[in-house]
This record gives sequence, C-alpha cells and structure tokens, in this order.
Amino acid sequence: MKVPFSWLKEFVDIDITAEQLQEKLFSCGFEVEELIPLGRDVENVAVGRILKCEKHPDADRLTVCEVDCGDKGKKQIVTAATNVFEGALVPVALDGATVLHEGGIQKIKAGKLRGVLSEGMFCSGEELGITDDFYDGAEVNGILILKEGDAAEGADIRPAVGLDDYIFDIAVTANRPDCQSVFGMAREVAAILQKPLKAPDFSHGAAKTNVKIPVEVQEPALCPRYIGHYVSGVKVGTSPQWMRRRLALCGIRGISDIVDITNYVLLELGQPMHAFDRNFLHGDKIIVRRAEEGEKIVTLDEKEFSLHRENLLICDAERPVALAGVMGGLNSEIKPETTEVFFEAASFARDSVRKTARALGQRSDSSARFEKGVEPVWSPARGMERALHLVEELGCGVVTAFGADVAAAAPVQKIIRTTYAKLDAVLGIEVPRETTRAILTRLGFAVRGEGDALEAAVPPWRDDVEGYPDLAEEVIRSYGYEHIVPTFLKTAAVTHGGLTSAQKRELKFKQTLANEGYFEACNYSFYSPKDFDLLRLPADAPERNAVKILNPIGEDLSVMRTILAPSMLANVVRNVRRGNENGRLFELANVYAPAVGDELPAEHKKAVLALWGEGDFFDLKGAIEAIAEAFSLKLSYARVALPFLHPGVSAKVMMGEKEVGFLGQLHPAIAEELALERKVFLAELDYAALSRKFAAEIDYKGLPKFPDAQRDLAVVVKEETTCAEVEACILRACKAAKRAELFDVYRDLRLGAGKKSMAFRITFAAGEKPLDADALDGFFNKIVGNLKHNLGAELR
Amino acid sequence: MDLEQDDIVKEAEAAASSAEDSRALYEVKMQYLGRAGKVTALMKRMKDIAQEHRPAFGKQVNALREKLETLFASLETLAKAREMAKKLAAENVDVTMPGRHFARGALHPVTIVRNRLIDIFAGMGFEVFEGPEIENDYYNFTALNTPADHPARDMQDTFYVQGGLLRTQTSAGQIRLMEKKKPPIKMLSPGRVFRSDDDATHSPMFHQMEGLVVDRGITLCDLQGMLDEFVKAMFSENSKTRLRPSYFPFTEPSVEVDVSCHACGGKGCSLCKGTGWIEVLGAGVVNRRVLENCGVDPDEYSGFAFGMGIERIAMLKYGINNIKLLTENDVRFLEQFKD
Repeated sequence: MKVPFSWLKEFVDIDITAEQLQEKLFSCGFEVEELIPLGRDVENVAVGRILKCEKHPDADRLTVCEVDCGDKGKKQIVTAATNVFEGALVPVALDGATVLHEGGIQKIKAGKLRGVLSEGMFCSGEELGITDDFYDGAEVNGILILKEGDAAEGADIRPAVGLDDYIFDIAVTANRPDCQSVFGMAREVAAILQKPLKAPDFSHGAAKTNVKIPVEVQEPALCPRYIGHYVSGVKVGTSPQWMRRRLALCGIRGISDIVDITNYVLLELGQPMHAFDRNFLHGDKIIVRRAEEGEKIVTLDEKEFSLHRENLLICDAERPVALAGVMGGLNSEIKPETTEVFFEAASFARDSVRKTARALGQRSDSSARFEKGVEPVWSPARGMERALHLVEELGCGVVTAFGADVAAAAPVQKIIRTTYAKLDAVLGIEVPRETTRAILTRLGFAVRGEGDALEAAVPPWRDDVEGYPDLAEEVIRSYGYEHIVPTFLKTAAVTHGGLTSAQKRELKFKQTLANEGYFEACNYSFYSPKDFDLLRLPADAPERNAVKILNPIGEDLSVMRTILAPSMLANVVRNVRRGNENGRLFELANVYAPAVGDELPAEHKKAVLALWGEGDFFDLKGAIEAIAEAFSLKLSYARVALPFLHPGVSAKVMMGEKEVGFLGQLHPAIAEELALERKVFLAELDYAALSRKFAAEIDYKGLPKFPDAQRDLAVVVKEETTCAEVEACILRACKAAKRAELFDVYRDLRLGAGKKSMAFRITFAAGEKPLDADALDGFFNKIVGNLKHNLGAELR
Repeated sequence: MDLEQDDIVKEAEAAASSAEDSRALYEVKMQYLGRAGKVTALMKRMKDIAQEHRPAFGKQVNALREKLETLFASLETLAKAREMAKKLAAENVDVTMPGRHFARGALHPVTIVRNRLIDIFAGMGFEVFEGPEIENDYYNFTALNTPADHPARDMQDTFYVQGGLLRTQTSAGQIRLMEKKKPPIKMLSPGRVFRSDDDATHSPMFHQMEGLVVDRGITLCDLQGMLDEFVKAMFSENSKTRLRPSYFPFTEPSVEVDVSCHACGGKGCSLCKGTGWIEVLGAGVVNRRVLENCGVDPDEYSGFAFGMGIERIAMLKYGINNIKLLTENDVRFLEQFKD
C-alpha cells in the first residue's frame, strides 16, 4: 500500500527522516517494501525567471532567453518552446542536470544550438515527471510556467511542484486491514514515535431537507452496516490541487470533486465510498439484496455483467445501481450536471466481495479494501463524516440532515480482561506494567485495572485483537523484540528425539543407492497427462487413473504422479541435451491414487532409478540387488512386457508372489522419439511394498561347525533356458546346496546349435559332519541328474 | 696328491660368470656340487687313494666344496638381487595414471539439509513426524485458525484436487500430531509442500520443515533460545537471530526470524542485500485456538512453532542462486553434493 510521507505528516509531527521511519516501521511489523523518493531523477533543476526573449539569429524556430536563476546566476537558454515569455517563471535544467525523457533519464549539458550557447534547458511538466494533478499546467504543450509566488528564482524546482516527497510502499499483513489507509498507518506512526495523533476534520453541517432515501438491507450478514447521506445543491467541478496531488501520489487520477472525495476517503481512512446521482435513484430508495440469477448490471467502466445469487447488489426501488463493494452502476454515476448526491459508506462481508470480484474478474480499489476487511463500526461512520466535511470544505454541495444508517447489530465494546502476568507468560519476560499500559494506550486501547488485573477495551478498528496473546504481541512489537532474553526450555520435559526406524530405513535406502553411484533427484509431484502417452500406456492403464489438479498452473503440471518413470525420463533427456552423456539418478517419492469415498487420495512411496550412457541392464540390476542385500530381501526376476521397455531387455521384479517393480531398457522407439542415442535403463520399485519386508532386526545365527565347500559345475542347456531356471533346479536338487552363482556363459557351435554352456559355482553347507569328497560327489551327481531330467542339461 | 683347488675354483668362477640368471647359475653349481658334479667325482676317487692319504684328500675336497659353496652362495645372492632389480624395473607403472574406484553417487542437497536439520533438532529431543502431502481443508487451514473466509488464505495459492488439496504448509503436521499425542511435544515435520506459484524465484513444489514445541510454561524466550542454538549449528558459531513482528493465523505473537548474514558477518553484502540480515523462517507462540482445536488445554500448556523452507536454507548454505537448479537434476549439479 502506498502512503505519501507528506500526508502522514498531516496527522503526526514526524521529526525523523523517511529512512529512519522506514526502519522503525520495519521493527514494528510493517515492512516498507520500497521507499520511493519522488523526484529522485530530477536533479539540479532550478526555478528561473525569463528576463529577455530574443529570436535566434540563425534559426526561426528557436528563441534565446536570458534567465535569472537567483544564486545560480544569470543563464542563457535557447529554447524551441513557443509558450515562453519575458517575466515567466520556469524550471531550468542547469548544466549537469537530470530530467525524465521518454521513460528514461536524460542528462543535460551546456552546449551550442546553431552557434548560440545554451547553458541548460527549460523543462516541461513531463520532463519533471508530473501531471496536472501535481501542478496545474504541467500537461500544457510546452514549458511548465510556474505560478507567481509558488517559488523563488534559484530555488530547487522539486518543492515548488510537489516532488519533495517520499512514497512508502508498505506490506500490510493480513491481520491489519485497519492499516490499509494513510490515517491507519498514521495511528501506528504516532504510537511508534510517541506523538499525538491529529484526527482529520469530521465536522459538517446538516441543512434541512424534505428528501428521504430510506435504506433497506435484506442481507445483513453480507452487509453489516450501510450508511447513506443526502447532499443537495451539488455543483460538480474539479477538486483542488492538494487533493488531486494526493490522489495522484497514490496512483489515482482526479475525475471530479465528488468522485475525488470518495477516493480521498478511501485512501485516507480506508473506507470505500460511493456517490450516486440522486436524480437517477428511482423511487428514492436503497435496497441491499442478492442478485437474481441472470440479473444484469453495467458498471461505471461500461462492462455488463450477468449475475448470480451470491453477488450482492445495491438497488434503487426498481433496478441495480451498484455491485456492492466492487463498483457503481453506470446508470447512476456522477456526471458534470449532477445536482444531488447520495453518498454510501458501508461494510460488506469480505468473503462475499471477494467471491464476486473474482467470479466476475472485476476488481477495484474498493473491492481490494473489502476483501481485506472493513469493520462495520468506526470506519463507515467516520468515512461518511469525513466525506461530508470535504463536500463542505470544497464547497461542492450542501450537506443535508438526511442520513440513513442500517446496522445489522448494535456495536459491542470488546473488552479483554486479563492480567499483566499472563501477557508476561507469553513473552517470557517481565514488561514493566506502566510500559504495557502506555503502549496499549498509545495504540488506542482504553486500559484499566488495579494491581495485576488488566482490562483493555479494544478500539473498534482493531477487529483482529481477540485475546491476551494479541495484547502481548502489541506490547512486544512496540517494546522491542530485543528485550527477549533467550532461554532454553527451562520448564520443558525431556523428550526422546530422532527418526523412527521407518524413517531411518528410508535414509539407508537412499544412501545404498548413492553408494551404488546413483545421484538423488528431486522432481515435482505432478506432470502432464501427455507423459502417459509418451510411455505408450494403453487407454485403460491403471497409471492413467491419476489425481487431477483442479486449478493447475498449466497442463504440464496438472496430474499427480502415478508412476515416477516419466519424471526420470525427462531428467535423462535434459541431462543428455546438456551434454551429460552418462549418469545415474534415483528418486524416492510418493505416487498418488484418486480418493475412494471420503478418504483423501492415497499416497504410496516408490523409487525410480535411471542409468544412461555407460552401463547396461545388469548394472541397473546390480543396484536393485544392492538394495535387496542391504535390507535382506529375496527378489526374483522374470521377463515382462511393458509398452515403454525393450521387450527383450526388461523384467518384472518379484518378491515372493508379489510384483514389486520393473527394470529394463527404454524402448528403442521411445528413445528414438526423444533423440536419445545412447541406451537408457529405467527401474521402478514399489518402496512401500519392499519396506514392509525390510528385515526388522539383525538375525544372528551361530557359526557352522564345519566350513562350506564349493564345486563348479558347467552344463550345456538350450538357449532359452534361463539362469534362474538352472539355479532353482540346482537348489531344489540338493538341500545342502545353499547358493548357486552363475559365473560364465559360453556359446560355441561345437556345443550344438541353439545351445549354451552355463557355469555355476555351488556352495554347499556342512551339517553335523564335515563335507568329504564322497558326500560332495553324491550331491554333485544328484544335481547333474536333476538338471538332465528337468532341463535336458548335459554336463560339459 | 695335491688338488688343483685354485684352478677348479677359478674354472667355476669363469663358468658362473657366464651364467645369465640364477637358473643358469644353478646349473653351473650342479656341474660342481651336484650329484654328478666335479666335487662329487673327486670324492668318488677316494677309494683309489692310498689309505694314509685319504684323510688329507678328504679334507682338501671338503675345503674345495666349502669354497665353492661360498662362491655360489654369494653369486646367487647377487643374481637374485640383479633379477629383482630387473623385475622391478620392468614392472614400473606411471603412478600419475588415474586410479580405479567405484564412483559414488550422492544425496540431493535438500535431503542433505533436511538430514542436517533433523540432526540438530533430534539432539534437542525432537521427533520426526511426516503427514500426508494431500491434505483436507481442515488440517491445512481450518484447524490452523484459518477458516474459510479468512484473508490469510489469500497468502498462499492453493492447488485443489478432488477430495482435498495439496498441502501448502507442513504446519498441517502440527494438528495431526497433536490429535494423536499429548504434551510434552517436540516435533519436526519435514516434507513437500505445494503452491500455485511458478516464476524465477518460486517453485510450485518445495520442501518445508515445521517445528513444534508444546509443554508447560513455554515462552517466546524459549523460541529465541532454541533458534539461537539452531542457527549456530546450521550456519556458524557466530550466527545471531533477530525477531521481528509478523503475522500467521496459527501463531500469536508471530515473528519473522532473520539470521545474521554468514557471508559478511552482518556488515552487509550482496547476499543480505546490504542489511546484514537474512530472513530464514517464520515462527511464533502457538495460537490458543490451535491448541483448543487439538484438544490441548491452552491454559495448561503453551508452545511455539516455526517453519522454514528447506530449499531456502540449502540455497543460503551452499550459495545456490536459482531455486530451479534444485529440480532440474543436472548430474553436474548433483555430483557436487557428495559428503
């Protein structure tokens, strides 16, 4: 919110600099996002009086002027402007000055124009960055001619045209709608500086009138207060310079005095106002009601809206005349010929205004204030009084005695009854009672109470204050957080901290993969539905049944992940495009399944791995085996057909009978589509399922009495016989065989067409007696026999 | 008879000197000392020698044997040393060639910082609680004193899904834990959060770490004391904190917490935009309504809560200047976080 320094000074005698005030506001909870010095780009521009104007000897269009710049001396300025004259008071940019020019900053240097020295330049209003609202005549075509008495020769131009000011752009937190105005901030400033707060003039007359414009509020919940007042004898004109200038400083253009008054009150007190032309209020009546479905209104900016029941309307006896809290209707707007005005100062429910403003895409300074909250007690009443005062001050109308005031409920004085000790208990320090009392008093609380008892009547504009912790906050932010003395949980019980065992295992899982050479990735939890198409997932694939974001940023981030592989694939593509030809990545993250019944959508942890460039299927599989080893999992692998994996180089991962993931080479067709020249391997594991089988405790077994023995075995089998089949056959054949590990595969025509030799190292565990050669021979023969019988394998 | 001992020794020396390696030397040695060697042959002549000369002859032969044994022993030692030198010379490697090792990967910087944060607070007795990422309105907003028409809802742009919303803050974890567990509570709740915000400095998904302490007699001083400990452990031993007023619906009073700039020590630099302070987290005394919503008696217990963005801490700690780097997963970025 923009607050001009000069306007604040009207309410508080500020005797510190703008920068100092910025710091004080910051430490009291008001961050000044930007402190804008006006006229900072207008340097070394002085007021000068033209003493003499002569035609340029060599140029018809140029005039050579002699200018008295006071203590800056007499200067000769050559100008092309035609509105200068002898005796005129003008801004002179001296040698080295800066002025604004076409959106940038221009430096002015002395130099010759057609052979005649010009020691600077006369400035237009535009070059000073001002409009008519700042200074009358600023928008004339030519040089800005200053009014007599506004400035002396030689003086800096900035004070003369109102550029000697600062704008505070303040971030007001959501709990302080009362500070969404100049006067609201002035209250805080007065409290901070411990200075008196000067209230604006609320006084006004009440001329007799016979006119009555009764107000009927049909929706008190949406309109807790509606104040209207009738002003007669209106002569619409232009508001005075000081008012237009203040509006301009806050970014609002002057329109007409009546409209400017409503905007002025909005900025000054935070109370949105509206002015109706009474002659266009049919039936001299105001009704606040919900719109009928499909009812239409044309707002001041000539846009037509078709309305719904949730939109609140201000209507006359026959038709809508304003969209409550958002914008007035075109049918009753103030025009130059308006002679009677009905002012409105109301409080509308913030949610109602917000919904209407958002649904219609129609926002205004008023709706912005109402959305943050305008309390019904102080603000509308004072806002109306102030507007009426300004009508009289500007002399643009006669304030009559007729006013309507409809309140949904009688105002209740909120009183917080507590103790100083309770406030101190929140803070942990003892704040002197007189300090607490003084701070609260300065902030507008009426404080009473004997001894430790504290009774604080909350000022009506402080809707946010509800209990003693709020008072504690008011005290400490004024008293200063530097008074807080760090302590370390003096009174707290000892608690046991740290990760749960499930959390520790998750970390171990990640660490295991990192030790295998994989880098942990982090991807958004959402992606595009097109990612399913990229994976060639069929229309009925369960992965396509994703949780959809109802208000996504874009389609690219519109569905919650059901499978992690697409994110990983995107990572690989990005890496390869950036020239990272090899890499290994993993991610452990949730996938999401749509809600069933009243439940929240289900979350389920999965792990995804990718490997590209160097390495192959078995390198990736090695990482999964490392996981199995780290957590004592028994996993097996079998061929699988997945649409996004190479049919010959892909497997499903099984844990017992349960499928817990897949791994394989990215389908060459997809790789081609993504211009991936080197092979990419992907794996995805159901972490949640795996984690349920993670070995809970270390399972110690005593050492065997006798050492294990090993025998190597090479058999010739059919090409399609798998390692897993041979291994299973070996282990089934002999109880003592506890491991059979493939160490060589050999193919040769001498073995026969379509045959291969597989060599296994078999480890036998000894039982109650040592393994002797006879026993081992027995095992070996039994295994060979079984292999022959079951797989047609021949010993090599 | 006299043995021409010296001649034999000389002859042996000459033969040995032409032996190229210890194997050839051994063969020469065998020609003299082997079973069919010359010395053995001399011994065999014993029987042809007169009885009275035998002892002297035997002595001479033995002396010759000893001489030759000594000779060959020293030659063998030399030969072995030569051979070792040759072998070593042949086995010379270029020690500046690269070594072989298995390249390790690394955890993501967000995980590293998250682990570090957990380490710091676990030591102070905080347990770690993870709530769901898809939340309902109650846990994300209402229970946190942010009812439907509350203006604070506009502070965070929320993603909605059928049946819920993507949590905008890990603060939701406060409620879920307090519903299950009664004070004393010291909890951390780390995790992903989501906001409908995607520009140069905002990601629609990032990580937060919420902290909550609820016990008897907890005050704002305890909050500051704990945060002081935290920033010392996280940033540097000289780090300081500064509290300043702010607003969150679920804390009262609410504060923003700044840490003294670790890059310049508080003098002012580009990292802290010349202020000497860096905003790191939001915190405050738990709002009584939040405790009530969880069935905790606010007259008996009080507490504080704090929340920080893990990415922000990581960016400050490592000097990462762009939040997008954290989700691009460029391996050249990730491999810098091996620790």
